[in-house]
Amino acid sequence: MKAKIIVMPKKTVLDPQGKTVKHALESIGFKGIKDVRIGKFIEVELAGRNKAALQQKLDDACHRLLSNPVIEDYEFTIK
Amino acid sequence: MKFGIIQFPGSNCDQDAYHVLANVFGQPTRYIWHKDATLGDVDCVVIPGGFSYGDYLRTGAIARFSPAMKAVTAHAQAGGLVIGICNGFQILCEAHLLPGALVRNKNLKFICDWVQLRVETTESPFTNACRPGQILRLPIAHGEGCYFAEPAVIKQLNRENRVLVRYVRNPNGSVDNIAGICNEGRNVFGLMPHPERASEAILGSEDGRRIFESILWTGAAVVR
Repeated sequence: MKAKIIVMPKKTVLDPQGKTVKHALESIGFKGIKDVRIGKFIEVELAGRNKAALQQKLDDACHRLLSNPVIEDYEFTIK
Repeated sequence: MKFGIIQFPGSNCDQDAYHVLANVFGQPTRYIWHKDATLGDVDCVVIPGGFSYGDYLRTGAIARFSPAMKAVTAHAQAGGLVIGICNGFQILCEAHLLPGALVRNKNLKFICDWVQLRVETTESPFTNACRPGQILRLPIAHGEGCYFAEPAVIKQLNRENRVLVRYVRNPNGSVDNIAGICNEGRNVFGLMPHPERASEAILGSEDGRRIFESILWTGAAVVR
């Protein structure tokens, strides 16, 4: 099975990268952009078929290593 | 006082720290490899600057799980002194030995410059050789030095007098101009500026010596 994980900076954390990209998009003519935020996308290949168990394992991995809960939120899907 | 300097793949201020402690201060100093699970009889651990594990995933995120860091955590929990400089500060935050996190500088640039720091309190093993309010001139060299913590944590740090040094002029967007903080037990200190790069006149500043002198004073007091 494959897990797709998205890690994003928390709303309360400054995202200067997103701000800069927003300005760059505007400078090349994209209008109506309210906000840009930049995070990470991680793919993990998993052995095993017990989705509930994998979900729990992955949640632990996201919490302990793949994201830093102080500054980031995460979500994932397993297929 | 016996110092141990942790070496990760990608550490690059380990030898600067070694030089200052061993040659400038004449202290017994040794390196501790990141795979070592024990620290030996070290009194004070130095987690040096650099790019441990290439800064992959997040700064300090991988280093945190090394065998040496497990030993550092046990050392800290037993009241032993730990100072984390630059990448060392980032690692201490990732390891939850200090609250908060270091994120990308507000201006998105890697900043290599001299800064002025104000010593906010001398009530710590790392600043007790300073005068209250003393200004220290130290270099910074970081891309992710913007200190962040939730408002409740910042309030607690201020209330408990745990912000040891603040930037006089904020270079990187750190909340409340925070440059360095200590833990609740006041035995773990993390800061972004580099005292080990400013401990000899030939390098342009000797102000970094105050930090190491403080540690030595603390050590001497414990021995007495």
